[in-house]
This record gives sequence, structure tokens and C-alpha cells, in this order.
Amino acid sequence: MTATALTAAGAGLVSCEVCRLLSRPVAAEELGYCPRCGHALASRHHHSIQYTWALVVAAAIFYIPANVLPILTTSALGSSDSETIMGGVMLLYNTGSWELALIVLIASVMVPLGKLVALAWLLITVQRGSLGGLRDRTRLYRLVHLIGRWSMLDIFVVTFTVAIVQLQPLMSVEPAPGVLFFAAVVILTMMAADSFDPRLIWDSIATRGNRHA
Amino acid sequence: MTVACPDCDLLHRVPPLPPGGKARCVRCGSTLATRPTDPFNRPLALTVAAAIVFVVANTAPLMGLSAVGRYADTTIGGGVYQMWRQGEPVTAMIVAFCAVIAPGGYILFMLTVLLAARRPPVPVWIGEVLRWASSMEPWSTIEVMILGILVALIKIAELATVTPGIGMYAMALLVSLLAAIAMTFEVSEIWERVEWTHR
Repeated sequence: MTATALTAAGAGLVSCEVCRLLSRPVAAEELGYCPRCGHALASRHHHSIQYTWALVVAAAIFYIPANVLPILTTSALGSSDSETIMGGVMLLYNTGSWELALIVLIASVMVPLGKLVALAWLLITVQRGSLGGLRDRTRLYRLVHLIGRWSMLDIFVVTFTVAIVQLQPLMSVEPAPGVLFFAAVVILTMMAADSFDPRLIWDSIATRGNRHA
Repeated sequence: MTVACPDCDLLHRVPPLPPGGKARCVRCGSTLATRPTDPFNRPLALTVAAAIVFVVANTAPLMGLSAVGRYADTTIGGGVYQMWRQGEPVTAMIVAFCAVIAPGGYILFMLTVLLAARRPPVPVWIGEVLRWASSMEPWSTIEVMILGILVALIKIAELATVTPGIGMYAMALLVSLLAAIAMTFEVSEIWERVEWTHR
């Protein structure tokens, strides 16, 4: 099947990224614009691998302060108490709602880390021109794209805790610097998933085929 | 109609689909096309409903808190304002974008597109509005916000009495309406009716 599978790129066609119209560009060097919607044509996302690596590395760096720094500070009757992401998970666990503790643990700790590992693995296998598990890697990419938004959970938890608990001078909750780094991790990983082009996974078939011929 | 798979670039000749039908890529399994039963009127009705619910969800209180004889309630706007005031303007803007601007923009752009699509030929600029709607969609994370509010409610319940408000139920309804719009709408139905920029 792989020997006869015809892709748009293989046929000299470009699929518009906005309206998905297939068109044949005038020249291979200068693709021009989509005749239907007028958007600039591109066969693959521009510099997909470089951009995705840059965003993954930046997100990995921010992941450390996001987990080490506190995300909120509770002040009650003169004493104040800071809480990290893991601290929040432990607090939920200790107060008896282990289900919620698990949800927050998955959304805030495991999903961002899993996304970084998955994207790095996809990038490495694409750069090596790997031919194994093409379909599974495409599925993994779709999963990364689908669940990424759920890691915003803790940003909303902090926002609404801060919004409602404002009973000065008795008790108040304030956001702490970790929440900004955490927001950066979420946004950067979502952008990284967007800039990765899954079609590169399948392009290995064409490049490998040519090398052997 | 010949299309290239968005996930693996394989070319397919997609036959005319029956109403409610769906075509998948033979190589990677990605969805190539769907044919909703009524691609204009159903999403339009749902979008009008979503616009009304959106207004309620953003103005009615999401939750209330009472402790030591005092009562306070908050909306999304109140949450954004408090985050901004407490020294987190960037996070406040991210919350405002994902909870209000992105879903609001999506509803507004979809209304424009669906109303314009009722009278062919559809002008070229509608394509641009459709593109804005598609770029707003992934950043609208109301369902995540609802779960976030529930977690916050349970955490605070240790300290004070908290009650979910009308805004919270409106938000839940808005999530189902947005999901229903996505299910009944097919982007290609609009693109096939749009006037081309170059002939």
C-alpha cells in the first residue's frame, strides 16, 4: 500500500490550510495564494519542527518554576499559608475528595508533562525518518491536541478561589507567582501542538522510498 | 470531490455522503468530511440560543459564599478583576480570553456566517469571518472552567458555605449548546457556496 499511496504533495498539489481546497500551484518555489479563500498556500506548516522544538523547550523550562513556586497564598487572621500545585492536590486528598485530587493531579501535573514527552518523541521520530507505528503516532498527536486544554484547570481553580474568598481582614486568598509560569506552560504546549504538522510523520515514507531507490 | 487528509496528506475521492454520513481517511483514520442533516438551520437555531445563554452566563452570579454573617458572590468578570487587582494581569487576561472573549467571538462570528449563508452567493469576506470563528474555537475552554469552579467550590467548602449560582447552570447549558453547534455544522458546506477570490 505504501508504494502506491498518493499524497497531495506527491501529486504536486497543495491543500489550503483554511478552506482545504486542493490546488496546483504555478511554481513549486512560489506557491502563491488559494484561489478560493485567498490564504497563502503552504504544503506543510512553515518550519514546523524548529518552532515546535522551541516551544517544547520553553514550556519544559517554565514547567519547573510552575511546580516549585506557590500558586496561591491564603491569609486568615494574621497568618498566611502558601500552596504549590502538588500542595493543592495533597490538600484535596487529605480533605477526603481523592477523586478531585486525582483529576487535578492528571490535569495539572501529568497532562502537561505527558504532552512535552509526547511532542518530543514525535519530533525525534520525525527527524529520524522513523517508519514504525505511523498510525499510532498520528493517534497520539490527535490525543495531545484534544486533551491539552484540560491543563488550564488549575488556572481557573486559582482565579475563582481568589475571586470569592475576599473577606478582609478575616480571610483572603491571593494568587502567587507560580500561576503565571503555569499559565505559560499551558499556552506554550497548546501552541506547540498547533505548530506540529502530523503530515511530517507520513512524509517519512516518501523520503525513505527515494533513498532506497 | 477530491480532498487531501488533513493529518497524513493522502488523496481521497470522497463520494457524495448520505445525510448524517461521515468519511474517514483509509490510512490514518482522520475525519475527512461529514454531511449533517440540516447544515444551516440547526446550527443557526443553536447559535441564537447560545448567544442568549452566553449573556446570562456572564452576568448572573456563578457562586456565592457566606461566612461569619457576610455574603459575597462572583461572576467571571469579578474573577478576572480580582486576579488583575491582586498582581496577576497576564493570567487575568488569559482567563478573560478563554472564558469570555473566545466563546463570545465564536458565537458572534458563527451567527454572521450562518445568517449570510442563507442567501447565496455567499460574499468572499464571509470566508474570513469563518476563519476567525475556527481560530477562536480551540481557545474557548468553558467546560474546563466549570470543572475548575467545582474544584474551587469544594476546596472553599472546608472554610465557608458556598453555593453554585444561576450563572453556573447557564455555563453548563452553554457547553452543551457549543458542542451541539460543532456537531450539526460542517465548514465545507459554507466553503462550497463562497464566491472565489480568483477565477
